[in-house]
Order: sequence, then structure tokens, then C-alpha cells
Amino acid sequence: MRDDTGIGEGSGKFPATRPSAVLAAQSPHPIERERGLATLLSAYWRPVYKYLRLRYRESNEDAKDLTQGFFARALEKEFFAAYDPEMGSFRTYLRTCLDRFVADERKAALRQKRSPDAPLLSLDFEDAESELARGEPAGGRTPEQCFHDEFVRNLFSLAVDKLREECALRGKELPFVLFERYELDREPDERLTYEKLAEQMHLPVTQVTNFLAFARREFRRIVLETLREITANDHEFRDEARSLLGSPAP
Amino acid sequence: MRWLSDRTVQHLRRVAEWPDLGQTKYRLLEELGRGGMGTVYLAEDTVLERRVALKVVVTAAARPGAAERMWNEARVLARLEHPGIVPVHDAGALPDGRIFYAMKRVDGRRLDELAPSLTLPERLRTLRRVCEAVAFAHDRGVVHRDLKPENVMVGAFGEVLVMDWGVAKALEGGPVPSLPEGIAVSPSDATADGTVIGTLEYMAPEQAEGAADRIGTPADVYALGGILYFLLTGHAPFEGPDAERRARGAARVEPRPPRRRDPSIAPALEAIVLRAMAVEPASRYAAAEDLSADLARFLDGDRSTRTTTV
Repeated sequence: MRDDTGIGEGSGKFPATRPSAVLAAQSPHPIERERGLATLLSAYWRPVYKYLRLRYRESNEDAKDLTQGFFARALEKEFFAAYDPEMGSFRTYLRTCLDRFVADERKAALRQKRSPDAPLLSLDFEDAESELARGEPAGGRTPEQCFHDEFVRNLFSLAVDKLREECALRGKELPFVLFERYELDREPDERLTYEKLAEQMHLPVTQVTNFLAFARREFRRIVLETLREITANDHEFRDEARSLLGSPAP
Repeated sequence: MRWLSDRTVQHLRRVAEWPDLGQTKYRLLEELGRGGMGTVYLAEDTVLERRVALKVVVTAAARPGAAERMWNEARVLARLEHPGIVPVHDAGALPDGRIFYAMKRVDGRRLDELAPSLTLPERLRTLRRVCEAVAFAHDRGVVHRDLKPENVMVGAFGEVLVMDWGVAKALEGGPVPSLPEGIAVSPSDATADGTVIGTLEYMAPEQAEGAADRIGTPADVYALGGILYFLLTGHAPFEGPDAERRARGAARVEPRPPRRRDPSIAPALEAIVLRAMAVEPASRYAAAEDLSADLARFLDGDRSTRTTTV
């Protein structure tokens, strides 16, 4: 029995308002395809770069070249057009493409043929490298787990940025400030309570809990919307939402 | 882009996992704990302006049958109004389809965590309160089936509450919780013969054998004896390999007598444990009250190893 969809759940249809970037990347229309690829690039380039550094132990320079090369090749050869949602998640497909790409690159030593002075995509590798240095060692985690962890980290980072932007646009800076203070900046041993935060911010406690509830709800919405965008269909979206959040997607 | 540490990512994962209560009167405040069946949150009832504990079921994918058990728990609890049983205030479905129920928020500690800091008389008095709550449930035709120190909360003012009634069973003639419209129990979710439900470390032999039709109030009496065992020795009656052996079919094995673990334990208390944990249900105390009465006798200074007759 599907007891998580038995009552009160949404229609189960893939929302038409936010078309899948995976599908867009397969579109014959160049503008649509470009939009899809840009979204996928923002969601995946960091996990790809870090995966190359961690799994293949590539130097930072080689990992940069390979990341550029992989996405450039994906654009040229329309890797993503061949994706079939029936075969599994897009994330797994992308990682399989990446593994194949690395194997091909190593075999043919194609990297030497590319010009390192002319990057095809504007990606902030320095930032990704410093993130890697700050992160916890990969010890004990499989390469697949590392890729997944980096994917989640990137997804949440994008969602935090988007939350900040949206709060600013709607004149709701305060909920974001509270979210940042309570959910992101809290030290592991810091015993920050709603009451203490209210005192620090000179706000009533009810306002703190209200604003935090708003920011958390928006954060969840943004995460799910982003996830919708970077999955191919409703089935994959729900699987990813369950695996990521453990709860049914609306 | 803001970099997030592994710890923050894990925390945000939990935050994003929080159910959306947008269309309910509750506002989530904190996660209090996770169990196999659901997650318990601290929430604010915005209408009554009070804090409650909100239990939200896990998804079907994570634990098949959890929704039915949650309804079962909510409805059983709603029928058991007793100071030793946590009261349910409300139950329903969230916008995402998951079910929840709201109950009294208990500020306190689990008995397994608290026990080492209690004196022996305090531990025994606490167990007597548990016995009273269980006896009340039995009187209403409900068997808990998962009694253990982790499922007993001791509040800040000394109140003792029996928790986690998710696998409780209504006896024949007792209240049979029916499921709301739209929720149905699939055959695999029903407690069929052969299905072992509960915690092996404290479980009665007939329960460990999966004999659903033979599980009655004596199974809870056995587990109460197991809690006493823990309170005296600091160990569950069956641990590690012993519990695993029971899982593999050796359900009728007897626990190591408490005094073999600690010879300073009073023989009278060991006698109470062994009687409550007799392999044959008919050899146990006939009721939780009888076990409680023997504890009272001990507390009153009667140290004889003779337990009350049935």
C-alpha cells in the first residue's frame, strides 16, 4: 500500500510551470537546450569537479580541464539527449557518463590537445578547490557517496543563495537573517534557543519562531523546486526527494 | 556561493525534511527524536498557544505499515486516559499526505538514561507506576507489546509515562481501533502469525516465537519483569548474542539470573524478576498489579523470597 499518498497528497503531476532541465537539455530548440544545460551545469559542476579530485585523485589543474572538457563534450555530443529515465536517475547517468569520459580521456590522452588557456565555461574552480580543502576527508566514503554528498551540498548551497535573493526581493531580509543565524551559523556546542535569539535580535519570541518557520518552509520549497528542475520526470523527482529528504514531495 | 560544512548539510537535510504544516494550526519548532515509525517534533499549537509533541509518520518507502501503526497508536492512546499514559490531543493528515498526531509534550528523561542516578527504592517506585499504567491498559483490553526502559519517560516532576504504543494490540473485547477512511491495512502490515513485533531484549518467549494469537497480557508482565531486571542489573535480560539467539529460534531460553550478575541484589527481588519472566505464561504473575504488589511488599520491608500466590 502506498500509505504516503493515500490521503491529502498532491495531484502527482509533474508541474508544468517549472519544466525539467533534463528534458530541456534534450530539446531540439537551441535556446531551450541552453537553458536546460545551464541549470544542469549549476547543479552538477561542483560535484563533478570534486568527484574527479576525490575519486580519480586528479590534480586541481587536471580536474579543472576534465570538468571543462566533460561539460563541453556533453554540449557537443549531446550526451544528455541519450538519457532514458527508465534506466535510472539522471544523477547516476551523469556520473556514468563522467566515468566513461575519464576513461576515454585517459586512453586517448586527449587532454593535451585542449588548450588550457581557453576555458569553454566560466566556472569558479578556486572556490570549489577551497571548499574541498575545508571539507572533511573522504575517508570511509565510496566515490559514489562522495559524488552524492557533493551533489547535496551544492543543491543546498544553491537553495540558500536563492532563499537570500528571494527574501531580499520580497523585503523579508529579517527571516533570512534569523535562518542564517539559527540554522547555518550555529556552532556545534552553541546552545542557542529561540528565546536567546529573540533577545539578541530584540524581537518577540513568537516573531522569531514565525519568521524561522517561514524561512524553513521557503528553503524546503526551493530545494524541491530545484530538484524538480534537475530531474527528468515525476517518478525520478519523487525518488530523489525521498532519498534526499526522506519525506514525500508535495 | 555559500559553502556549507558536512554538519550544516546534515542539519539542513533535517530542516528540509521537516513536514510542511502550513495548513494546520501547528508550527514546528524543533526535532525531538526519531524512531522506526516516525519523527517527533516540538511544535506550537497556535490556537491554544501551547507547546505539544507532534509525531509524524515516516514514509511508506522507509517503513511499510508505519501509517497504520501510527493511527493505531493514536487511537489506542485516545482511549487510554490515565496519568501514566501520554494523552493525545489531536490527529490528522498533513498537506503532503503524511499522518501525524499531537500529544502532550513530556519534559523528562527516558528511564534507561535516568535509572543509574536513582536509588533502588526510587527505581522500584517508578516501576510500580509503570505497572499501574500497564494494568489500566490491560483492563481496557490493550496489550502494549513493546515495554522496555526506553519506552518509559520520567517527567521533571516525577510523573511516569509509558510511551510508544505503536505496536499495541487490542485484545478480544477490547477497543479495536479502526482506520480512518482512505487508510487501509495491507495484508503484509497486519500482525500475522510468524511476525515478530517488539524488542527481543525484553520480549516474552511466545512473542519472540511470533505466535500472535498467544500474545496477551502475560507478554507485558514478562517485559515488566525485564524492566525490573534492567533496573537491578543495568543490563537488558537478553543482550547481544543472547538476543540474536532468540531471533534465530531459541525463544524459550531463560535469562541469566540477576544475582549471578550482581550477588548483592536482594533474593526477594530476584524471585520477583524470575516469576515475572517465567517461560510459561501461566507461571507468571497473573496481572501487572500483582507484580506491583510484590514490589510494594519489598519496599515495605518484606524481604522474603515468597511471591504472591495467584
